[in-house]
Amino acid sequence: MKPVSEQTSALLPTSSLQRLIDLLQAKGHRVVAPTLRDGAVVWDTIRQVADLPVGWRDVQEPGRYRLENTGSAQVFGIVHGPQSLKPFTFAPREPLLQIERTKKGFSARPTLPQHENIAILGARVCDLAGLAVQDHIFLKDAHRDPYYEIRRAGLFLITVNCTRSLATCFCASMETGPRARSGFDLALTELEEVFLVEAGSEAGQEMVSALSLAPALTMHAHEADQQIKACAISQTRRLDRSQLPQALYDVHEHPRWDDVAARCLACGNCTMVCPTCFCHAVEETPDLAHQRSEHTRLWDSCFTQDHGYIHGKNIRPTIKDRYRMWLTHKLASWIDQFGSSGCVGCGRCITWCPVGIDLTEELAALMKPSTQAKEKPSQT
Amino acid sequence: MTPFSQAIVNDAANPYLIQPAIIVEKIREAEYIDTYRLRFVDEQVRRSYRFATGQFNMVYLFGVGEVAISVVSDPDEPESLDHTIRVVGRVTKAIAQLQPGDELGIRGPFGRGWPLESIRGKDIVIVTGGLGCAPVVGAIEYVFRRRSQYGAVKILHGVKTPHDLLFRERFDAWRRQPDTQVLLTSDEPDKTWHYHVGVVTELFEQVAVDPARTVVLMCGPEIMMRLGAPILIERGVPAAAIHVSLERHMECGIGLCGHCQMGPYFLCKDGPVMSYDRVAGFLGQSGV
Repeated sequence: MKPVSEQTSALLPTSSLQRLIDLLQAKGHRVVAPTLRDGAVVWDTIRQVADLPVGWRDVQEPGRYRLENTGSAQVFGIVHGPQSLKPFTFAPREPLLQIERTKKGFSARPTLPQHENIAILGARVCDLAGLAVQDHIFLKDAHRDPYYEIRRAGLFLITVNCTRSLATCFCASMETGPRARSGFDLALTELEEVFLVEAGSEAGQEMVSALSLAPALTMHAHEADQQIKACAISQTRRLDRSQLPQALYDVHEHPRWDDVAARCLACGNCTMVCPTCFCHAVEETPDLAHQRSEHTRLWDSCFTQDHGYIHGKNIRPTIKDRYRMWLTHKLASWIDQFGSSGCVGCGRCITWCPVGIDLTEELAALMKPSTQAKEKPSQT
Repeated sequence: MTPFSQAIVNDAANPYLIQPAIIVEKIREAEYIDTYRLRFVDEQVRRSYRFATGQFNMVYLFGVGEVAISVVSDPDEPESLDHTIRVVGRVTKAIAQLQPGDELGIRGPFGRGWPLESIRGKDIVIVTGGLGCAPVVGAIEYVFRRRSQYGAVKILHGVKTPHDLLFRERFDAWRRQPDTQVLLTSDEPDKTWHYHVGVVTELFEQVAVDPARTVVLMCGPEIMMRLGAPILIERGVPAAAIHVSLERHMECGIGLCGHCQMGPYFLCKDGPVMSYDRVAGFLGQSGV
């Protein structure tokens, strides 16, 4: 998907957003967008602009998430909720096989998901980056994952460039945002009473044409640029990747791991909200008559006791082992495995950590030379 | 159009699909250890199935689940598929109840096995420890079935107690092979033990090694590799000529479930056999 030059940008008046929703539905898409439920933001099916959290914004800090109504007319004032795009493609619970008992044994049948066209309205740029990371994992290896592939094929992605950063955001330092460069069908920038619309794919271009939108003026593009740049500059958190991956492998015995382990609850929240974490378990669920069994993939977390278990021993028995595994994988070994960082800078793991552990802070502390760094334990 | 718009998926390309296989024979190796000789039910699968020594399959039991088990039979006879399974957990315990005629499921083969073809003509030192060590038994049998293609073979095997020495008959048979040395040792011997006493690395002193033409295959506890490999390297064997078979929990076999990671590697696809130079830094690191 080539980035579309700004000359081809178009204008969609905020008051005409319903036209876009109607068109998406007419073209057979289920439109999914951020909605409010129980004081949080969740992805849900919408039919009209009124279903969107207009006038609401989120305040996020380490271990804290609040929504507040500002009374403004801003449609996409909320940056993001706990869910990235991950559940749409890497389903939290994916039935893989249905297995029937036969006279002598069994027969297995794949239970592939139904293809469904879903238009996601309001995906954030960091989430596009997370999706690109997961595409690489599930689709670029020798074994393509067919379940992921079917779900992925149905997505039409409408991203919204960020014009406001949260206290927990650091996409600018990860070079994943706040402006979408690729991986979308349409990109919106929300300005005063108008959306600047860019197409990022042929399908997106068709949508722009079908809406017969007026072309954007230079002043609109300029205004969008200014706001997105200001958003990037306002980010206070950053993650210094210059020494990675090696520097993190080198601090395997740093005392900071003990420090963070004393705070970490090993709840696994960070892995559940992470747009890139891909660990999963496979569960076998037979029926009571033992005639039929379901083989199901479920999200797993490297913070669980089971994750590192192998007959008779646990490779990672302590929380220190598990936090170190998570951070080292996310920021270091991921680069060796997939050619990119496992972190896109969305900051969700910081917000949704019950005790507010901040990986940017942990990395910075680990990168500081420690006077009391322990020697590698001698061979026993 | 997005590049994902043509998701055409057929069963053959589904890496999760399990193929039924009948247990043709169940061979008792020791208490809690049996070798299962399997035969695919589907004739086409049976004909097209190929594997390399040291690769593994995900072995499935209806209603119970899957477990990663290495293939121990000869890759030139792929229709006869042997897995030696020790009862260690939930799935293997249930498999142990099965009898010939019962069905298991197979998904695989996965991973990278022993580099047996590329080491033809070399001397081979095999270092094993612990119970059975099925992954390397297949490699030893492979070499002896092609005895003239390889140089001297030295098998060094360490067990904790004499009771842990499985496959006694196989060790005796291997000992009778030409140009072959078999050395056994036990940490905690009893009166019946008439071999070496101590850990397996002590046996290194009893073997002559020509570093330029030696390849080492190791299978067993990681501590054995961590302590053993440096001694061999000290004697001139290149680190890249030492191959170790590693073990981690596996749920998918295709590098997706995340459980089998060791540093940057997924042992299910980058391993389970890895050359020592690639993993030396991670062996023995806590929590890796």
